[in-house]
Amino acid sequence: MKVANASKTNQNALLRKKQGPGYFLKRDWQLYFLVLIPLSFVIVFKYLPMTGLVIAFKDYKIAKGFWGSEWVGLQIFQDIFSKPDFAPAVRNTLLLNILDLCFSFTMPILLALLLNEVKSVRFKRINQTLLYLPHFLSWVIIGAIAYQLLSEGGGVINNLIELMGGTRVPFLQEDTNWLISYLAIGVWQSMGWGTIIYLAAMSGINPEMYEAATVDGAGRWRKVWNITVPSIRATIVTLLIMNLGKVMEGSFERIFALQNKATTEYTTTIPVLVYRWGIESGNFSRATALGLFQSVIGIILVITADRVAKKLGEDGIL
Amino acid sequence: MRASTIRPAPRNRERLDIWDLLIRFVLIVVSLVCLLPFLHVVSKSLSSDSFVIANKVFLWPQGFTIEAYKKIFADASILRSLYISVIVTVLFTILGMILTICAAYPLSRAQFKGRRVITFIFLFTMYFSGGIIPDYMNINNLGLMDTIWSLVLPLSFSAFNLLIMKTSLTHGIPVSLEESARIDGAGHFRILFSIVLPLSKPIMATLALFYAVGRWNAYQDALFYIKHETSLRPLQLKLYYLVIQASESFQLEATSVSLSNPEVLKASVVVFATLPILCVYPFVQKYFVQGVMLGAVKE
Repeated sequence: MKVANASKTNQNALLRKKQGPGYFLKRDWQLYFLVLIPLSFVIVFKYLPMTGLVIAFKDYKIAKGFWGSEWVGLQIFQDIFSKPDFAPAVRNTLLLNILDLCFSFTMPILLALLLNEVKSVRFKRINQTLLYLPHFLSWVIIGAIAYQLLSEGGGVINNLIELMGGTRVPFLQEDTNWLISYLAIGVWQSMGWGTIIYLAAMSGINPEMYEAATVDGAGRWRKVWNITVPSIRATIVTLLIMNLGKVMEGSFERIFALQNKATTEYTTTIPVLVYRWGIESGNFSRATALGLFQSVIGIILVITADRVAKKLGEDGIL
Repeated sequence: MRASTIRPAPRNRERLDIWDLLIRFVLIVVSLVCLLPFLHVVSKSLSSDSFVIANKVFLWPQGFTIEAYKKIFADASILRSLYISVIVTVLFTILGMILTICAAYPLSRAQFKGRRVITFIFLFTMYFSGGIIPDYMNINNLGLMDTIWSLVLPLSFSAFNLLIMKTSLTHGIPVSLEESARIDGAGHFRILFSIVLPLSKPIMATLALFYAVGRWNAYQDALFYIKHETSLRPLQLKLYYLVIQASESFQLEATSVSLSNPEVLKASVVVFATLPILCVYPFVQKYFVQGVMLGAVKE
């Protein structure tokens, strides 16, 4: 058996030697031709910009150009770390995203558990259709709707509050209120859509497990807790890891659509600062260095979270 | 608590206990929270100014009028933005699909040598990128600033969509079918066009929708790349300047004294920009759910 295997590998090795890259190129030239199209796209629009990262280590002057500018080592990084905007931007990025993770991540799980308990297909379908709706709207539209609903002057919620004898609340015009509104709008936009993946995982649960539990006298919540929740644990962990990597990112579009001049306390985040330094003020080196800092921390977070998940016996994503 | 029967008799409606009612109640409330904000904005857009100013509009239009919509359709710059959005979305979706198919088909073939390396090259872009400024400089260097192509080309390749398509092609197309075609003398192009693509219609529809809705809704790149050429602003960016920043005014004709309040106009612009999505929504939703499920297969 062993001998046969060995001779087979030898044969394969011989074959492989005879069939060099030229052989495969000739045989599958059509495949290589096809893949060349997206490959060139990725090189031009994804990899070429990566070479631009070197200006984080250069004192980039447009007049001197990309190659003519002087190397300055880590000076740009020292420079950004000492900027007065830097610390608040990091704090805000972490604050907004971690809070967002707490609420926007858990709501879909709770909703999915509730939806899974509904037996009526029609009721479930109508509900899901309504719940998914906000996901399809752009952040500009959501921002516009938010102002129509929450503004202090003519917002409908404030109109209702006043009608019931309360005083108007500056939901979007005061820092702490803005933060709460920001989080609530995030939950609103993503909660329904987030249920899909959990519902998919729940649909894969063997119904016999529920039947067996029923025979053993388990009640409804006991079944949810002991069967449904453990069955979606792997999905939860995977999504959590993926989201942890985004803790340093945060959506530029979302903040930009919801910010206003009255609330600057929490809106200065890393992506916003990159935009301000780079595109508004034209300090490319500083903005690039900040962006690089952000991506590196993001990658470290993903890898760490993945390692921890694997240590805890989950699959991980990498 | 009722023991659920294994095969409930049809038509014999299951009795709802207190928990069922409570769950349904919670779900109805949450669904309404998703729906009512729209209803409010729609009502506002169809109401007359005086009622909106008096804060009397809630979920039903007061003093029904379509004056605001007439204004929008009379505004050339808004229609122009709609046109740009449509063109960009169509071009983007077609290009995105071509790139995805061209990458996914070879990478799903076991005989394709070097596919591990090439797959890595594609997927690496999911985890690491140059970032906003290097991307911006790249577009600038390529001379794409203030052109429609700055909105079509850079994002048209999506590693995530490639992953979904590749998974689907690897598992969805029976190898025997391809082998028999090969014996009949078909080349890769022939196999791709005559066998693989016709069999992958559902996944292609899903991804096309992913591309189209993503493009339709994005405004960040337009904010960066369309600086001076105001005639190239897509609808979302136009909306941003018009409604969020309020830095642009509606080009109202001199006669329009009746619409002094911008709130109604803002509301109707929001509805106007939402309508395309709302029209295709029921159709889109079904395919999107499928797509997300396919993405979940990997896990």
